[in-house]
Amino acid sequence: MIDDLEMRRSVEELRLTFKSGKTRSGDWRKAQLRAILRLIQENEDTLFRLLQSELGKHPVESYRDEIGVVKKSADHALTYIDQWMSPKKGRLPLVFFPASRKVLSEPLGLVLIIGSWNFPISLILDPLIGAISAGNTVVLKPSELAPNCASFLANILPSYLDPKAIKVIEGGIDVSNQLLQYKWDKIFFTGSTKAGKIVMAAAAMNLTPVTLELGGKCPVIFDCLPNSDLKVAAKRVASGKWGGCAGQACIGVDYVIVEQKFASTLIEQLKKTIKIFYGDDVKNLKNFSKIINKGHFDRLRSYLEDPAVANSIVYGGSFDDTSLIIEPTILLDPPLDAAIMNEEIFGPLLPVITMDKIEESIEFINSKPKPLALYAFTKNENFKKRILAETSSGSVTFNDTMVQFVCDDLPFGGVGQSGFGRYHGKYSFDTFSHEKAVLERSFYLELEPRHPPWSTFKLEFLRSAYDYNYVRMLLLLLGLKRPSNP
Amino acid sequence: MASDEQQVKNSTATAVFDSDAANSLVKDLRSTFLAGKTKSHEWRLSQLKSLLKMLDENDKQICDALFSDLGKHEMEAYIHEIAMIRNSCKLALKELKDWMKPEKAKTNLGTFPSSAEIVPEPFGVVLVISAWNYPLLLSVDPVIGAIAAGNAVVLKPSELAPAMSSLLAKLLGKYLDNSAIKVVEGAVPETTALLEQKWDKIFYTGNGRVARVVMAAAAKNLTPVVLELGGKSPVLVDSNIDLAVTAKRIVAGKWGCNNGQACVGPDYIITTKQYAPVLIDAFKHNVKKFFGDDPMNSPDISRVGHENHFARLKKMLDDDKISGKIILGGQTDKNNRKIAPTIVLDAPEDSLIMSDEIFGPLLPIVTVEKIEDGIEFIRSRPKPLAAYLFTNNKQLKKNFVNNVSAGGVVINDVTLHLMVDTLPFGGVGESGMGAYHGKFSFDAFSHKKAVLYRGFYGDAPARYPPYTPGKLRLLKAILDGSLFGIIRTLFGFS
Repeated sequence: MIDDLEMRRSVEELRLTFKSGKTRSGDWRKAQLRAILRLIQENEDTLFRLLQSELGKHPVESYRDEIGVVKKSADHALTYIDQWMSPKKGRLPLVFFPASRKVLSEPLGLVLIIGSWNFPISLILDPLIGAISAGNTVVLKPSELAPNCASFLANILPSYLDPKAIKVIEGGIDVSNQLLQYKWDKIFFTGSTKAGKIVMAAAAMNLTPVTLELGGKCPVIFDCLPNSDLKVAAKRVASGKWGGCAGQACIGVDYVIVEQKFASTLIEQLKKTIKIFYGDDVKNLKNFSKIINKGHFDRLRSYLEDPAVANSIVYGGSFDDTSLIIEPTILLDPPLDAAIMNEEIFGPLLPVITMDKIEESIEFINSKPKPLALYAFTKNENFKKRILAETSSGSVTFNDTMVQFVCDDLPFGGVGQSGFGRYHGKYSFDTFSHEKAVLERSFYLELEPRHPPWSTFKLEFLRSAYDYNYVRMLLLLLGLKRPSNP
Repeated sequence: MASDEQQVKNSTATAVFDSDAANSLVKDLRSTFLAGKTKSHEWRLSQLKSLLKMLDENDKQICDALFSDLGKHEMEAYIHEIAMIRNSCKLALKELKDWMKPEKAKTNLGTFPSSAEIVPEPFGVVLVISAWNYPLLLSVDPVIGAIAAGNAVVLKPSELAPAMSSLLAKLLGKYLDNSAIKVVEGAVPETTALLEQKWDKIFYTGNGRVARVVMAAAAKNLTPVVLELGGKSPVLVDSNIDLAVTAKRIVAGKWGCNNGQACVGPDYIITTKQYAPVLIDAFKHNVKKFFGDDPMNSPDISRVGHENHFARLKKMLDDDKISGKIILGGQTDKNNRKIAPTIVLDAPEDSLIMSDEIFGPLLPIVTVEKIEDGIEFIRSRPKPLAAYLFTNNKQLKKNFVNNVSAGGVVINDVTLHLMVDTLPFGGVGESGMGAYHGKFSFDAFSHKKAVLYRGFYGDAPARYPPYTPGKLRLLKAILDGSLFGIIRTLFGFS
C-alpha cells in the first residue's frame, strides 16, 4: 500500500512537469523512446529470466510477445513521430475565405496506464510508448499478479526514463482504487471486463476518457480444409491457443467451432501438433507457460468438476499443482450451458464445438458477447464475406491466429464487452491525444449578412451561402437579384 | 370518433415510460438491427433522403417551434439549425458510399504474406440525448451520424424545449423508419429508464453534471460514449486588431447565437486594462446597431430558455460581488424570460459569473496587465469547448494555438468552426470527449473492425515450438522488419 501523501506528491509532480511544457517537445519524446529501446536491449536477458520464472515463458515466446513487440513499437514511433506531431492542414470552401484550418494533436496531460499480468512487460510499455509519443506524463500501474516484473519495472525505469514525467506505482487492488480517485486526463486499462466496469465508473466521476482493452471468448471458425492446409491451420490454432502464455491471452483462441464430420480430423491433427510443440508429459512440458497463480489454476480446474464437462475431455486434462501447469487439453462438445462455455477460459482448455454446417457458427458466435478477436480458417470467399458482415468483434483474422497483433497499421481494440478504444502504431499516438480543431480567419472581407439586425435579404444571402451557391451570393450582394418573398 | 381519439391520446399520455417500456423498446430495435435492415446502403440513403424531405416540407413548423420554445428569430432558426442539418444530410448522402468502404491497411514483414483492411460497422442500437438550446440541430445532427453508420437509434430530445420535442416525435415518426428510429419524449424519469438499458453507444449533449450520470450508467454495460459538453469559452482580445470587425463578430457571436445560450458561444472576454475602454465602446456601439435602443426587447434576440435558467442568470446579476460593475444592460423581464445584453467589467474570480458557465446574455470582461497573461488565465481553468483569440500578432497566435487546450480554437472569429464539416467538433477534459460533424459523425457511430487476411503458404517455422536459439534470431529479424536481417539470419550470419 503506497502512502497517500507519497502518491499525491507523485501525481502533483507529474502535473507540474506537464505544465512546464517539457513533454511537448519532440526531442524530449524521442529521447524517452530511445531510452525505452535501450532499456529492453540492455536488459533482455534479465527480462527473459523474469518472464521464464514468473510465467514460465520461453525466451522465444517472450521475445515474440513482449520484448519484440516493445522494440517494434518504439522503432515505429521514432520513425513516424514527427509526422504524427505535425498539424493536419486542409482546404476550406470558398465561403469561408479568407481562412485556413488545421487539426493539431495535443497531449491530454496526465495519464494512468494499468497493465495486465499475462504480458506484464508489453502491456505496460506498449501503451507507454503511445502516451510518451503524444507528449503526456504517465503513471504506470503494473499488475501485482506478476510482482517480479512489476518490481523490475519500478526499479529500472527511473534510470532510463525521465522520473519527473514517468512514474511506476506498484501495488494491488487497493492501490488501483486509490489511483482511480485522482483526476486523470486519460486512463488506459488492460484487464478483465469486470474490472473494466469499475475503472470506467471511477473515470466517470471526472469525465476522464478511457480506453478499455478487455477480453472475451475469441472463437475459431474452422471450416473443412484440404490436408495440405490442415497441418498449417492446426499449427496456427495450437499456437494461438497454447503458445500465448498457455491460453492466458486476451486474443488467444478460446474455443473452436468445426463441422461434425471434420471434428475428429481436426482433433487428431491438434493432438499431433501438441506433442511436437510441447510434448505430452505434464511434468515435463516444453515451451509452455504456467498458470499465473493458484487462484486461476483452481478456477480452471473447477471448469472440469462438472462430470459432463470432464467426460468431454478427449485429450489432456492433467494438472500439476506444484508447478501450476495444466497440460494442453481438448474437450469435444462440452455442455453449452457449462461455465467453460460461458466465461472467458483464459487457460489451456480448448472446447471444440461441433455443428452440422459450419455456417451455423455465425449464429452461435452472435449469441455470445462480442469478442476481442475472431478467427476463421476457410478458403470459401463467400463465407468470409458473411463472417465479416454478420458478426462483430474487435478484429477478424482469416487463416491465422494472434498475428494481427503485430500489424502497426491495424487498430487493436475491442467492441461491446471486449472494450472500446484502440492502439498500436498511430492509433497509440491518437489514443493519448486530443485532436484540436483550429480555424484561422482574417479581418478583411467581412460578410455583413452574418450579423443582425435580420432581414429577408440576409436570410436569402445566407441560404445561398449554405448551398455554396456563390453566383447567387454575388448577385444578391451586387443587388442584381432581389430576395424572393419568404 | 373524436372521443375515441381523445381516449387513445389520454392513454398514451398517461402510459408511463418506465424501465420495462425502455427495455421492450431496445429489444425491438435490436431485433430490427440484428435482422440487418439498417446496414444496407439503400436503407441509410432512404432515411437521409427522408430527413431532407422532412426539413424542406416542414421548415415553417420548425421555425414556429423554435420561436415558441426559445423566441428564436427565423434567421437564427434557419442558419444555425435548419441549414446546418440540411448540409449534414447532403454531405452524408454524397459521401456515404465512400465512408462505408473498407480502408486498406499496410502490412509488414511480420505477417508476410497477408493483406489487411479496416471495415466500418455499426455499433448496433444507440441512444442520442439532446439539449434544449439548439433542439433541432443537437437532436438531428447526431441522428444523421448514427443512421449513416447503420445503427438503430433512440432519440431523447430535451423536455426543456417541449414544442420541438413533440414536433420531432411527430415528424421523425412520420418520415423515418419506425422499426429502427424512435423518439422518446420525457424528462428525468424517462431518461433514467433509458439509461438503465444496454446501449451500444450513447451520444450525450448537455452539461457536465448530467454527463457524469450518463457515463456512470454507460460504465455498467461498458458502453462507449460521446459527451458534448460546454465550459467557459474565453475570447482573448489583443489591441492589434481590426476593431470594427472584431466587435461585430464578438457581439454577433455572443448575442446573435441564441442570446449567449450556445456551448461554443463566447463566455467571457479577456483584454488589457489599457484596451478595455476602447473595446467596450465598440461592443456598445454594435449592440445598439444590431439590436436597437431597447436590445432586451429586440425581435432579433432569443429568450432565456427556461425559468430555471432565468433564475440562475438573475442570481449571477444579483451577486454582490459584481455590484457596481455592470456597465451595459442588466435589465431583466421575468414574465417574458428576457435579459438584456449585459456587460460586466472586472468581476472578481470568485463571483458566480466567473465561476460557472454563463450560458446567457451576460458578458464579463476580465482585464490583465499584459495580453500574454490572458493565456495563463485561460490555462489555469478547466479546458473549454472553444477558445477564441483576436489578434494580428503572429507570435501571440502561435502561443495561443500551441498552449491553450480546448475542444477547438478559432483565431479572429467566433463559433465559425462549427460550420466546417472537415473539422472534428468535440471537447476535451471538462468540455467532453469524442467528436462529430462530417465524417467524424460517421466515425463516432462506427466500430472500425481490423481485418487481416492470410493464406496458408509462407508459414514461418520460427513461430512454432520447439523453440531454438536459431528461431529466436530469425524471429528478431522478422519483427525488426528487416528483409536483409532475415536473409542474414537464414544464412547463419548473426
